[in-house]
Amino acid sequence: MIEIKDIEKSFGSNTVLKGISGIFKEGLTNLIIGGSGSGKTTLLKCMIGLHTPEKGSVQYDGREFIDMDFEQRIEIRKEIGMLFQGSALFDSMTVEENIMFPLNMFTDHSFKEKLERVNFCLERVNLEGKNKLFPAELSGGMKKRVGIARAIAMNPKYLFVDEPNSGLDPKTSIVIDELIKEITEEYNTTTIVVTHDMNSVMGIGDYILFLHEGKKFWEGSNKEIAHTDIAELNDFVFASRFMKAAKKNF
Amino acid sequence: MNFTNFGRYLLLLRAVFRKPEKFKIYLKAIFQQMDFVGVGSLGLIAIISTFIGAVMTLQIAFQLVSDFIPKTIIGSVTRDSSILELSPTITAIVLAGKIGSAISSEIGTMRVSEQIDALEIMGINSPGYLILPKLIAGITMVPVLVIFAMVLSITGGYLGGTLSGAVTPAEYIQGITTDFNPYTIVVALVKAFVFGFIITTVPAYEGFYVKGGALEVAQASTRAVVVSCISILACDYIVTQLLL
Repeated sequence: MIEIKDIEKSFGSNTVLKGISGIFKEGLTNLIIGGSGSGKTTLLKCMIGLHTPEKGSVQYDGREFIDMDFEQRIEIRKEIGMLFQGSALFDSMTVEENIMFPLNMFTDHSFKEKLERVNFCLERVNLEGKNKLFPAELSGGMKKRVGIARAIAMNPKYLFVDEPNSGLDPKTSIVIDELIKEITEEYNTTTIVVTHDMNSVMGIGDYILFLHEGKKFWEGSNKEIAHTDIAELNDFVFASRFMKAAKKNF
Repeated sequence: MNFTNFGRYLLLLRAVFRKPEKFKIYLKAIFQQMDFVGVGSLGLIAIISTFIGAVMTLQIAFQLVSDFIPKTIIGSVTRDSSILELSPTITAIVLAGKIGSAISSEIGTMRVSEQIDALEIMGINSPGYLILPKLIAGITMVPVLVIFAMVLSITGGYLGGTLSGAVTPAEYIQGITTDFNPYTIVVALVKAFVFGFIITTVPAYEGFYVKGGALEVAQASTRAVVVSCISILACDYIVTQLLL
């Protein structure tokens, strides 16, 4: 479980996060949603230590993360897997080397054991046999899947996913969403997904935290999100023509 | 570099020297970088050093036209200029362009494509993993390249001088062997060590803190080469002042 309390973050005079709190439980797909510039990626970066908030706390199963120094954070970071918006695969490494990288750095397993783990992860994301390809040879959806394979290589307790569907067609987006959901349930990870994709929200959002202009406006599940009377949330959820039309059926 | 940048540069260096996560992985990276910095630059340094030595000999011969000055002086001046100044400095400036821009763009691209963030999230000390192997390769291979450049520059001087008839082989060899002071080699190697440090760390700093996209990576690369060259010349003066 990850608990954030009263997170505040500014860039110069621009306050991006204004006292955000929330509890993200294990085994659930937790979504942070909001429009562009609402602060969702900044919140994610504060949670994983890429940004330091001015105020507030981030606790990983009761362990305060923000006050930790670099060495202390390493122990928690070994429990974190992350899929970046652009996948962030290492260009100069093959798929196999990318997934093996954290295993090389932090385990003393033999090459055979590491290769078995790589193959297991690749199989899990339906990319068996793609070991020797380079990131430049992969499609956007395949890159995301390799990113997920790398993220789960170390059996993470916490899985962070930043905009998993950006640049993907709707069909591939659903595949990625379902993969995230399956992995979360299978490994009981605390999964946090930052997205503004309504398909993801409706499809996999067990717990949703809605941000608007740096503030938490609403929290709940995908079953509840379509039935609120919060204007800002409704503007976001039903922004597209498709969702407007679908609203009649809710 | 203003003071803020210099402060950030020092903080980055502090992070570079944190204990590596796994020596074996770092060792492999060090050898790869030594190959890139050292072996990969041999051809370029060989061509430049040989021609500079040859041209320098011709120019010295042209300027020392006097019956009162023995022609062996041509060899002596070529030797001392090559060892003390031209080989370390020209090698360093050439490498700042070749290696520096490559380091800056490699790390800069990793920054803008979130690869450095990915390293951080995995719990890897990204400055150490990305910069330390390059730094060690720089401070070990640049002195080797400088020694190589010294030999080829003096050889180039011999070829240029004798082929043009500006100096006889005997005069040139007598010139380069007379009154040789080995301390000049020490000074040159100290310079090479310092330059190797600059050539790798300044571009790494520029790349590591780049923000934006392709344009900013290119700008960081250009800035890395410019700042490295200025730093090399400034340190050249300081080291020469301190050691001679």
